Parts: sequence; C-alpha cells; structure tokens
Amino acid sequence: MADEPGRNLRSLSLHVPEPKYRPGDKVSFDDMPLPEAGSVARPDIAAAPNTLRDYPFTLIRVLDPEGKAVGEWNPRLEPDRIRAILRAMTLTRAFDDRMFRAQRQGKTSFYMKCTGEEAIAVSQAFALDRDDMCFPSYRQQGLLIARDWSLVDMMCQIYSNAGDRLKGRQLPIMYSAKEAGFFSISGNLGTQYPQAVGWAMASAAKGDTRIAASWVGEGTTAEGDFHAACTFASVFRAPVVLNIVNNQWAISSFAGFAGGENTTFAARGLGYGIAALRVDGNDALAVYAATEWAAERARSNHGPTLIEHFTYRVEAHSTSDDPSAYRPADEGQHFPLGDPIERLKTHLIAIGEWDDASHEALKAEVTAQVRDAGKEAEKLGTLSGTAFNHGFETIFEDVFAEMPPHLKEQMEQSIEERRVAGV
Amino acid sequence: MTRMNMIQAINSAMDVVMERDDGVTVLGEDVGYFGGVFRATAGLQKKYGKTRVFDAPINECGIIGVAIGMAAYGLRPVPEIQFADYIYPGMDQLISEAARLRYRSNGDFTCPITVRSPFGGGIFGGQTHSQSPEGIFTHVSGLKTVIPSNPYDAKGLLIAAIEDPDPVLFFEPKRIYNGPFDGHYDRPVQPWSKHDSSEVPEGYYNIPLGKAAVVRAGEAVTILCYGTMVHVALGVAQESGIDAEIIDLRTLVPLDIETIAASVEKTGRCVIVHEATRTSGFGAELSAQVQERCFHHLEAPIERVTGWDTPYPHSLEWAYFPGPVRLGQALKRVMKD
Repeated sequence: MADEPGRNLRSLSLHVPEPKYRPGDKVSFDDMPLPEAGSVARPDIAAAPNTLRDYPFTLIRVLDPEGKAVGEWNPRLEPDRIRAILRAMTLTRAFDDRMFRAQRQGKTSFYMKCTGEEAIAVSQAFALDRDDMCFPSYRQQGLLIARDWSLVDMMCQIYSNAGDRLKGRQLPIMYSAKEAGFFSISGNLGTQYPQAVGWAMASAAKGDTRIAASWVGEGTTAEGDFHAACTFASVFRAPVVLNIVNNQWAISSFAGFAGGENTTFAARGLGYGIAALRVDGNDALAVYAATEWAAERARSNHGPTLIEHFTYRVEAHSTSDDPSAYRPADEGQHFPLGDPIERLKTHLIAIGEWDDASHEALKAEVTAQVRDAGKEAEKLGTLSGTAFNHGFETIFEDVFAEMPPHLKEQMEQSIEERRVAGV
Repeated sequence: MTRMNMIQAINSAMDVVMERDDGVTVLGEDVGYFGGVFRATAGLQKKYGKTRVFDAPINECGIIGVAIGMAAYGLRPVPEIQFADYIYPGMDQLISEAARLRYRSNGDFTCPITVRSPFGGGIFGGQTHSQSPEGIFTHVSGLKTVIPSNPYDAKGLLIAAIEDPDPVLFFEPKRIYNGPFDGHYDRPVQPWSKHDSSEVPEGYYNIPLGKAAVVRAGEAVTILCYGTMVHVALGVAQESGIDAEIIDLRTLVPLDIETIAASVEKTGRCVIVHEATRTSGFGAELSAQVQERCFHHLEAPIERVTGWDTPYPHSLEWAYFPGPVRLGQALKRVMKD
C-alpha cells in the first residue's frame, strides 16, 4: 500500500545551489562552452520564434581572438562609429571610477559601477534610435553617456546638490532623463519591465514608430514582474527589446539562485513564444548587432525579442558591498570573454583604425572630461556639504500635481517647527 | 437626464471620456469583447476598437505595470482589477511605482491612471469577493482613493478621476451596483430607478475629487461613511429618529476635513462606519483627525462601527457586516453620554 506509514523509502533531499568557486578556491572557466565568433547564423528579422529554438543555447559573437569581426552578425559599422562606441565605453568607465572615489571621499552616500558591462548599455544606445524609450535598471549609465547626456547633470544627481534635477529626493544613480529617453529608475527590481512593455503597447496602439527597451539583471528574472512583462509582450506582440544582463552575480547570489543552473536566461523566452538571443556581452559588435536585429524586428511589427547578454560583474555590487566575502578575488580575471573595452580597442587596431597612442590619448581625454565635469558639479555642492541643497519644504512638492490640503498643512507645520526651533 | 444604475453610470463615464480624449484606454480581465464580469465596460470595445479597450492576461502586476508604462507614454489608462480582493499582486506596481513616479522623477514622468475595482461585501462573496482594502492604499502617499455611493456621483467622480493627473484608486461598492442597500438583508431591495440619484446626465460633468457630500443634514450626531455604508446610515437615521448628519466622504484621499470638522463642531458627536476591518482601518485616521481638530467640541467618545478584525466570512456574513443593528446601537451609546 502506497500510503502505509513507515514504508521503506529513500529520504528526499533538498538541492541548494552552490557556486563553483568560493573565496580562496582556484578558478578555472575551462569547461565553459564557448562557441566561436562567427559560428552563429543571423536569421531574418521576421523569423517565427519557434524557428529560433537553438539561439538561447549558443552565444552570438563577432570579435574573434585576434580582434577580427567575423560572421553574419558582423554589423559592418563605419570606423568612426566604432570609435564613438569605444569612446562612450571608455568615458563610462572613467565616470564610474571618479564617482566611486567620490563616494569613498564622502561626497555622496552611494554609487554603483558597471565595470566590465560597458559594451551592453553603450552599444545598445548606438543601435537604438535616440527617441526609443529605455527602461533601465541601475547599471545602464552607459545609455545616458552614449546619448551624450550631461555628465554634470548625472553628477549633480549623485551629489543630491543644488543642480540635482530630482531635488535630492532619489538615491544616487537613480537617474531620470525623459529628454534622453531614459525612464526614471526605481529601487524596486523588475518593475520597469512590464512598464516598458506598456510603453511599447501604447506606441503600437497609437501607430507610432518608436519602440521601447528594458534591462534587468539575471537575478531580477526571478521576480514576478519578469513573467508579467514576458506574457504581455508576447500576447500583444509589443515592440520591445527585453534585455537580461547576466553578469552572474546578484549581490552575493550566483546566477544559480535565479535558475541559471538548469538552463540559460535567454531560454526563458522560448516558453513565452518570444524570439530570444544569447550574446557575448563583452563583444560590443555582437551586442550592437543583436540589438539592431531586435530593434528592426520590433519596428517591423514582428514583436518582442529577449536578449541575454552574457557578461561578468567585475567590481563590487555597489559601494556598500565587498565581493571578496563570497567569491574569489581573481574570478573576473579568469572570465574567458575578457574586457569589452580592450576587445573593441584590439579590433580597431586590427583593422588599422586605431593604435595604442590614440587609445592612451582617448583615456586621457575622457579622464579630463570627467574631471572637468566633476569640478563643475561640485561647485553646486555635494552631499557632504549640506543636506539642504534644496529648500526642505520641497519634500512636500510633486507628491501630486497639486498639493492637497493635508500636505499644505504638514508643510506649514514643518516650517513653523523649524522656525520655533531656530533651525 | 436618464435613469441609470451604478454600472450604467460607470459605463457612461468611460464612454464620455473616451469620446473626448483618445488617450483614454481601458484594459483588464474580461473587459473587452465580453464587457466585464459586472458589465461595466459593455459596448466600449465595439464603439472604440480593440486598441482602446482590450482584454488582459490574468496578471494584476502586469495590468497595472503595463498601465503605468502606457501612462508614461502619454495615455490615460483605466485598468480594471476584477475584484479589489485581487489587487494585491499589483501592489508593488501601485505603491512603489504609480504612487511615486511624479515625486521621484520630479515631474519628468507622471502616472495619470485610474484603477477601477469592485469592492465591499454584502453579497455572500466570502473571503475573496468581499474585501474593503481602501485603508491599505490611503496609507500610501501619492495615491488618491475615491469611493462613490450612487450613480450620479459614480459617473461624476469617475470622470474626474480619469481626468486627474495622478493615480487614482476608484473602488466601486458592488453591493449597490444595482440598487441602494440599507443593510436589511431580509427585505426586498429597491432598484436605483426608484432613487433620485439615479437621474444621471448623459453627457459630460464631473464631481471634484476631495469634496465630501452632506447627504442628510442633522444636529445630533455626525456619521462619517462612504460606499454602501451611506445607505445603511441613512436607513438607521430614519428608523431610529436620531437627527444624524450623514457625510458621504466620496474621496478618502485627499480628505475633505473641513466639511467633517464643521459638522462635528456642530453636533459634538461622531460615529464612523466602514465595512473594512477595524484595526488600522481608515476609520482610525478619521477618528484621529476628528479628535485632533474637534476635541473641545466633543461630548462623547468617537465610535467606530466596522467589520470585525477577521477575514470576511461566508455563511456568517450578516454577523460580520456592520449593518443597522450595530450602527443603531452605536448611535444610542454616543447619544447617551
């Protein structure tokens, strides 16, 4: 009898994922399958999702080990455009470095770098149209930089200073820049994914030509919003590019805790009937080509695309994080996809459009640009200078379009309390 | 003027604003071809097309999240959550996103959505078709909460909500969709057609948000209520002979505290009635505000007549529902002091 108590059965056991390497372990990525550059065919943008079933399990790569651009996914960009991408990536890294130091100097409370992931946001900004709306997570600062958004403006937000367009209300790096097609960043993970789908649905419903794009990390794919977004995107064939930046780490949790042990993140798209690509996230040309394909597909009413960008989070999760507590310090150095800036630089040199001297000059130039912007921004104050870069009564504004009576009352109360206290 | 029940009035409100503003877009489960499980969106898809009125997957997070994105694009979405009891999967989108978008972006992006949802009990809906979650949302800065109690108000308030530049929760008391209900569950219910407030203009009008209505003037005690409870209060006042001033709040946030305070200062007594559970319910906020503003005018403790602090029961519905017996006793207690 199956329900007889005490029958002789093996005990169940719970599988709890564990990353391959912990601090102190010797790291090797030798067993990671790595398709060669140029080995993946480029399908028609109108291809039905069920004809693209192999794509989530391979890796679209354009740059070969010598830096040559090979295969059908080579976007064949003009050298000037490649140089512009390289410049924006280098500028993004310089910006990150300075803002990280600014946090350590106490000029702001918090910062998050995107080191090693610059190819993703930057190349994608170049592949999208400028008026396509981006719904980013907190690690796509490269979108703003590639769209030539003011570094001073970004820094003012980070410093919550008098020039902060968000009036010191938001945690540093939670930018909002509608003019740059950059949606207001939220601290709540994944919420922007269905919003991007909704924006794209609205654009389609209105007969517009603009598309939307959104970004989550692989960790956030575990959120219910990811499922909501993919379902709506599929059902309504929304003109949206849904990006998953798989940098393998969600703070201290390796990708296994988001389901990455059993499948790829791109493969999630298959179940929704969404075309899904998996791309070498450190290959700026592959990222560009995949994004261009997805954008053309969306713009031609063929529906959404899910892109997994396979990369590695080189630095700490944030200025509040110490990765040496949960992963080997040298893990990133062994990551076989290398550094996105170095790889694009190697490519430009290989095609005779760049050299080491030009690259050093570029680095010096962007460092100076960031330094100048930093000086400009700091003239307007930093967080350490004063916490009241904006009048304290501004905290009551913009909760609603018009301030309702209860907020007016609270504002008057706060003014009176501060007056009586003499502060 | 036409005689409308509350569903027809709500349907008419959407029809009128959709005609005036081609950004108004209706989405939700079963709202399209079928016209809604309560018929509130009947005929709208046929009139305005599938890209303006469409069915959504069964995913409240998605319905609200997508509506926020559509609003960021520039539309005025009117998402429906089939029952307020099922709004919880969409709470993160409502609280963390819709309510905060204007503030956190300093007006860069805004969220003019109106979330319609049938709410309240009295229909043998059991635990998940009877809840009154308004107190969860009135606690969220950045959201407005509106609850109508009759067809005329329902249309005028819904038009104002859809035209409002900020997110509004519009809770529709489904017990009174077809007719007012005074809590006497053992008596036949009158349809709206026998009631004055079912005279509804066919065209455009609005009732400003944040304004309460004195639905019965009185001198003895102030009753604060909204939704179905307005009709329970009216019935009790008539039966008990107590000269109660009954205020239908209509909008909970922003609250019309001036109308409330003026009434309590006049009567010196206050009873608050809502279907929702008591602890941390909206009645606690009302009680606190009345106490803060009208302390020296109060002649008796403020009473709250509410649902019990339990999940909403099925067979014991009439022991749970704050009906005429319970409200009548509370009024007598308040008048004794």
